[in-house]
Amino acid sequence: MNYRFDWAIVTSGKYFDWLVSGLYVTIKLSVVSIALSFLVGLVIAMMRMSHVRPVRWFAHGYLEFFRNTPLLVQIFFWYFGSYKILPRVVNDWMVRQDFEFTAAVIALTIYTSAFIAEDIRSGVRSIPKEQMEAARSSGFSYVRSMRYIILPQAVRLTIPPLINQFLNLMKNSSLAMTIGVAELMYQARQVESYTFKGFEAFTAATVVYLGLSFLITGLMTLYDKMVLQPIKGH
Amino acid sequence: MVGGLDFSVVRENLPYFFLGRYPKGPLGGVALTLYLAVVSLVLSFLGGLILGLLSVSRNRLIKWGSTAVIQTIRGMPLLMVIFWMFFLLPAMLGSGMSADWTIITALTLFTSSYMSEIVRAGILGIPKGQMEAAVSTGLSHKQAMTYVILPQALRNMIPSFVNQFVSMIKDTSLAFIVGVSELTHIATQMNNRTMLYPTEIFLFIAVIYFIMCFAFTELSRWLERRSAWRKSI
Repeated sequence: MNYRFDWAIVTSGKYFDWLVSGLYVTIKLSVVSIALSFLVGLVIAMMRMSHVRPVRWFAHGYLEFFRNTPLLVQIFFWYFGSYKILPRVVNDWMVRQDFEFTAAVIALTIYTSAFIAEDIRSGVRSIPKEQMEAARSSGFSYVRSMRYIILPQAVRLTIPPLINQFLNLMKNSSLAMTIGVAELMYQARQVESYTFKGFEAFTAATVVYLGLSFLITGLMTLYDKMVLQPIKGH
Repeated sequence: MVGGLDFSVVRENLPYFFLGRYPKGPLGGVALTLYLAVVSLVLSFLGGLILGLLSVSRNRLIKWGSTAVIQTIRGMPLLMVIFWMFFLLPAMLGSGMSADWTIITALTLFTSSYMSEIVRAGILGIPKGQMEAAVSTGLSHKQAMTYVILPQALRNMIPSFVNQFVSMIKDTSLAFIVGVSELTHIATQMNNRTMLYPTEIFLFIAVIYFIMCFAFTELSRWLERRSAWRKSI
């Protein structure tokens, strides 16, 4: 092979700056989306366990639909197609923001929240039924028993799958490049097309993604050791 | 809401969405999506089985080596794997592979690493006594694995495999990026050509994907219930 490696282009200078800015966007996109996904997921999970049937059905439909459709199609839908079904105010607001970024956040949030809602629900279901009965019989309302008794316990169990969803979300955020969000993968392609140094550019991006993945996995192990094991030990 | 939408663009191009330019040209659309998913899944099953067996090997070097490969691929976005394949395969093979096969290779590599974890968990889930009993009846370790452990483990893994198939159908949509004319690619093409109906087009293909994936999700749940019922009697 007569390919000449030139690692300097990805370790310093202009292209290095591009990759760093890409990493920044990837992190921003992932963190914003995971926070929103958690909130939406929590609401959907509560709705899924509601005693009101239409509410429960809505949540069920939401879960099934968004889990069983490709994320890429959802990204395209919010980016290209949402203007016809969203109210004018929302549209105008989206356009005034960084539109690509906003569309990506919406798509990632809705997609991930559907998975998180299921994780939360199975966390809640793993709390013995008696806990709820005891809370109710000591005078707590349903919402208050959820808020003060069930959820604090369930959330602790939900954190490992949640971290796992964060890992998936971070990797999935690479799809945002298809609508022109300048995240890490986008920048790696950009470096490749400016320099023809694809091998170096992709290696740099791969190393960064792996670093992020291992960091998040490490976080999960740490949580398991520091928080979950001591509880189980009792 | 739906009243303001005009689905005639979808209705008029229905064969294009489902078959691409077939029979006058190459197969595309839903048919190609399913083709890519099925071929990649079969190959991933083999890849996952091999990687999974290697990762429970008693030889430490093999065990660690295969685990490193699996964890590396699992740490990357699928898109990254696809770009690597498009970049490396032509360099390694000398000549270009067709885009279809490059995407199949990428999907296979990616899904195999996830499958291998299913296989590993399935094998480790079989009680240790089974292996000990099999070896003590005179079978070699390899024979015990092939005739005693794997048949039981594989049966337990079936629902997870079906779930992987659902993920695979969703993942084939990434083939659009490299110009393979599966369903998502056809949709973006149609969107670029007509310009006026993005909502209708993407809603339509979302529903098509949903129908395919939901059917298999339900199948997996049914299989899981059935195997739980079988174990209970």
